Amino acid sequence: MTTLTHALGDSATMVRRQVKHMWRYPSVTLMLVGMPILMLLLFVYVFGDAMGAGLGGASGGRAAYLDYIVPGILLMTMASTAQGTAISVAMDMSEGIVARFRTMAIARVSVLTGHVVGSLFQALFSVAVVTGVALLLGFRPSAGPVEWLAAAGLVLVVSFALTWLTVALGIASGSVENASNVPMPLMFLPFLGSGFVPTDTLPAGLRWFAEYQPFTPIIETLRGLLMGTGAADSAPLALGWCAAVSVASYLWAKKLYNRDPSV
Amino acid sequence: MAPPPARTAVAAAGLRKSYGDQTVLGGIDLEIPAGTVFSLLGPNGAGKTTMVKILTTLIGADGGRMRILGHDPVREPDAVRAQIGVTGQYSAVDGLLTGEENLRLMADLHRLGRRAGRARTAELLERFDLADAARKPASAYSGGMRRRLDLAMSLVGGPRLLFLDEPTTGLDPRSRRGLWDIIRGLVADGVTVFLTTQYLEEADRLADRIAVLDRGTIAAEGTADGLKRRVAGGHVRLRFDTAAGLGAAERLLGGRRDDEALALQVPGDTGVAGLRSLLTRLDDAGIAVEELSVHTPDLDDVFLALTGHGTGADAGAHAQNPPVHAQRKAAQP
Repeated sequence: MTTLTHALGDSATMVRRQVKHMWRYPSVTLMLVGMPILMLLLFVYVFGDAMGAGLGGASGGRAAYLDYIVPGILLMTMASTAQGTAISVAMDMSEGIVARFRTMAIARVSVLTGHVVGSLFQALFSVAVVTGVALLLGFRPSAGPVEWLAAAGLVLVVSFALTWLTVALGIASGSVENASNVPMPLMFLPFLGSGFVPTDTLPAGLRWFAEYQPFTPIIETLRGLLMGTGAADSAPLALGWCAAVSVASYLWAKKLYNRDPSV
Repeated sequence: MAPPPARTAVAAAGLRKSYGDQTVLGGIDLEIPAGTVFSLLGPNGAGKTTMVKILTTLIGADGGRMRILGHDPVREPDAVRAQIGVTGQYSAVDGLLTGEENLRLMADLHRLGRRAGRARTAELLERFDLADAARKPASAYSGGMRRRLDLAMSLVGGPRLLFLDEPTTGLDPRSRRGLWDIIRGLVADGVTVFLTTQYLEEADRLADRIAVLDRGTIAAEGTADGLKRRVAGGHVRLRFDTAAGLGAAERLLGGRRDDEALALQVPGDTGVAGLRSLLTRLDDAGIAVEELSVHTPDLDDVFLALTGHGTGADAGAHAQNPPVHAQRKAAQP
């Protein structure tokens, strides 16, 4: 009982710490959100016309391609935020303050939950900004209030999983430099899935990978919710992946954090 | 079941720790009474920080038994953590937060409640001379300010046992003296202090008892004066009126004679009891002594004698610390 309230209280304290960090240094968040926006602009205005023609839709062109890539870009936004988490966790671990936390009678994992919840706020903010930019560029989703809510929920679930993963990676990487490189593949996974082109345009081996990698059902679910193409098929798989990654990453991160640093 | 706390703050027996083949601590025994200042003195690499890390639950020991304020840090780490404060060698402040926010963070983690947390923060900022810088991020603080904030953060929870791992390393002499005053104030409040240092002067000034740690074992333990007395180099110098007196004393006591000064240098016990027995023997033999002086070695001599390699091996520490040493030498002509 008291253990649980202490754990919640300590986690809330750590979340406040993270939010203060973000509030004080907004440049970090802006950098993390800037990258997917640049990608969005690049793909829509440089490749958009040619790629849109390849989609084979009736309207085709740039507008159709914008509608197509927004879910992939949103996933990239979440991955970008998660990458920032790995860096801030690695920075924390290299500072004396975490050693201090370890010598205090507080819920141990609260340091990590603080990072995760803080990053969730950051991810929601970033996704909202990127969505806003997409809408300004002419993104026209067909989602109603229920679909929007479901999409927001999915963003939370996906970010939760990615963030626990990058928290673990941030501890495991052992240095800030490594922490900024290790999660890089997450940024590229949307490319090797249905994020930017339909998977049936890919060569056989790559197509096989694209169809089975976790980002594809997530992108498909998000696209289904936003564009009304139906999410029922991919949603269970997407949620299953998120649950599996969350649980495995949480256990890994906790184990890494609790290990005796001298061994 | 557990004995009432307070009497012994730290007890350790046979504490061992190795990293691979390298033995860092080779069987350490310690007993620190509550309310005292204990100093673990040793050069870099002696194992001081490892010792602190084990006692503060940061890392485990390979063997041995410990009790910190009546609790076993391995089986009841949170019971230990709730009563200790730790200020490590490297500053443990959140550089992105202000000094005030750092203290509030500690107050929240100690669950002091909003009002008490605010009051404690204000009090510590005032006491550590940080009130003016309270709203500045800690990353902008000077070394001395960071160290004071660090120490203040360790005190938010009102610890009964405070670990200070080389608290003044890298500080200028003025900041160092300021920190010493603060530490003395804490002791006056009844806090037990476990201090590691590579500065002999620091141990001499602050500690009730000193243990000299050398390559993972305790080479000697005692009060500063006791340690000084135990070392060769402590001697009594006797001066005589006549060469006959000098000769008689030499036959009686041995030692090294200085014919020119008619003086005899007698090594050994320079304590009160030792002096009394020395004088009694001289009296009984009817030898008149013109002048007597006692020379106690300083801790530098102690260190050299006990470890065989002195602290000079630790050139870096001396390079950081010339002003204090110079002033100390000047103050003891």
